[in-house]
Amino acid sequence: MGSTVETSELRHIIEVQKLKEKIRSIRRLVLETAHNENAHLGSSLSCLEIIATLYFLKMRHTPYEPLWKDRDRFVLSKGHAALALYAVLAEMGYIQREELRTFKKLGSRLQGHPDLRVPGVEAPSGSLGQGLSIGVGMALGIRMNGSRSRVYVLMGDGECDEGQVWEAMMTAAHLKLSNLVLIIDRNGWQLDGRTEEVKKKVPLKAKIESFGWEVYTVNGHDVQKIVEVLDYAEHSEGPVAIIAYTKKGHGVPFIEDTNGGHKIRLNDEQYLAALKELEAYGGGL
Amino acid sequence: MRRAFGESLVRLGELYEELIVLTGDVGNPTYVYKFKDRYPNRLFNLGISEQDIVGVAAGLALTGRVPLVTLFSSFLMRAWEQIRNTISRANLNVKLVGTHAGLTAADDGASHQALEDLALMRVLPNMTVVAPGDPQEVKEAVEAIIEMKGPVYLRIGRDEDVRIFDRDGVFRIGKATTLMDGSDVALFSTGSITAEALEAARCTDTSVRVVHVSTIKPLDKEAVISAAKSCGAVVCVEEHSVIGGLGSAVAELLSLEYPVPVARIGIGDTFGESGTHRELLEKFGLTAEKIRSVIKGVIRRRR
Ligand SMILES: Cc1ncc(C[n+]2csc(CCOP(=O)(O)OP(=O)(O)O)c2C)c(N)n1
Repeated sequence: MGSTVETSELRHIIEVQKLKEKIRSIRRLVLETAHNENAHLGSSLSCLEIIATLYFLKMRHTPYEPLWKDRDRFVLSKGHAALALYAVLAEMGYIQREELRTFKKLGSRLQGHPDLRVPGVEAPSGSLGQGLSIGVGMALGIRMNGSRSRVYVLMGDGECDEGQVWEAMMTAAHLKLSNLVLIIDRNGWQLDGRTEEVKKKVPLKAKIESFGWEVYTVNGHDVQKIVEVLDYAEHSEGPVAIIAYTKKGHGVPFIEDTNGGHKIRLNDEQYLAALKELEAYGGGL
Repeated sequence: MRRAFGESLVRLGELYEELIVLTGDVGNPTYVYKFKDRYPNRLFNLGISEQDIVGVAAGLALTGRVPLVTLFSSFLMRAWEQIRNTISRANLNVKLVGTHAGLTAADDGASHQALEDLALMRVLPNMTVVAPGDPQEVKEAVEAIIEMKGPVYLRIGRDEDVRIFDRDGVFRIGKATTLMDGSDVALFSTGSITAEALEAARCTDTSVRVVHVSTIKPLDKEAVISAAKSCGAVVCVEEHSVIGGLGSAVAELLSLEYPVPVARIGIGDTFGESGTHRELLEKFGLTAEKIRSVIKGVIRRRR
């Protein structure tokens, strides 16, 4: 399990290496599930490394006590990437790997969009643009409790269209929530097409900075770099946003950097092709 | 249903030059992108910003355009307060179309399944609320709401593959349609679930009058009261919460005008969940079989 604070340089390297292996198995779980049931595969693959890094290397938490009061918390605001979160939770031991076979099936806890039935899920989502406000409330509550816990919110870039996101941006900066980190999965796509064609987001960094946040950018598939920037974020005096440059459908060639896998059920041929890619190249790692 | 909707919009774009279509990053799944191909300057995809879009529609209406907003129903409801305080309060000529309504968002689960939209829209003054039953009726309803003046909410689902009407001229705002005559129980239904209601009525020895209520507001009072009078017992079916939709509207009316036993079939006071559309209809009792058993129950309490 990932311990977090003050890891030595060397331990870091070893852990990053281990994490990459974990991510391989998480990917396999994701592909298996998307072969079994319709899934937002492209949207899940673009943020897989981010979620895995948070759970395995960064956050203080334990599957043995999901509600431990001083845990760090993760909010999946782009709830349609539920599969990525469930797969990480399975690999972590919050749920059984086999349970992924029930994803979206009638009666399953693993709903199309997350809710609190699943141990390890901290907030309901599915309606875009609400997670950051929830994260603000959590960060505030945690601060009031005098706890050192931190809150991480993952949002899509298309999701930034929602007005509520910017209301929350103002709130977080106003409250100087230094225990809050927002990560934006900047894959350049939303449902109807390229983000900049649907509604212009650039200059996204400058926009967020002008709201009073510290903003960093990172390659959202580079585990080492993600850890570094998350470590760095701990020293801020206010909320931090990390724009993670990613590819939708990362690691699966026929949907990579397209919207073709936004929501898809892999047929046998596609599934085998994706697995082969994973075996050969580690799925883009 | 959504396909029929998208196709009729393209046709109507020709006839109604003032028609402007607005959507929020759901142009593809709601089929309004067909409209963009034909009239590139009259469709605006404003991104995932439902509240903003509803406000923009209000402004367009105030400059003489006829804006038609198309969003997933459950997320259109995010702009409920904007709809209330701007569109409904000022009686603006804005058409609101909610797709993926009822349980049709199936695998996506509770967040995407709109089970409260009829209630939320029905409660607003000035609002007309329409839920057509099949592709033919969708086509006619879209034209009718564009033609009329004033705010309208039109509800459709996703891929319901039903056929209720085999002729045209089926839809008129405010008019319910009697699909089958009968004298023991009046069965009111709205939206595509009417197909299930018809099926229930066909295969039973009870004489059931099936009335398809595609306009929930204003309710066709005459049709409801006269069916209640001749049958003496009522069943209402809708792919919606049992609270606040068609069943409530019918019960509100009859409790005042002609009290008879009213059984309401819909989703109980609960959220939906992930599953196939069919599985969910079964789970929530929205099948011909379940409707039949409710008919049997209500007939014993008949007046
Ligand atoms: C409030 C709301 N409106 C619309 C949707 C439908 N929807 C689901 S995913 C999506 C696109 C999201 O784009 P982005 O945030 O960039 O995520 P990604 O590209 O990673 O899938 C939309 C519009 C929704 N889930 N919630």
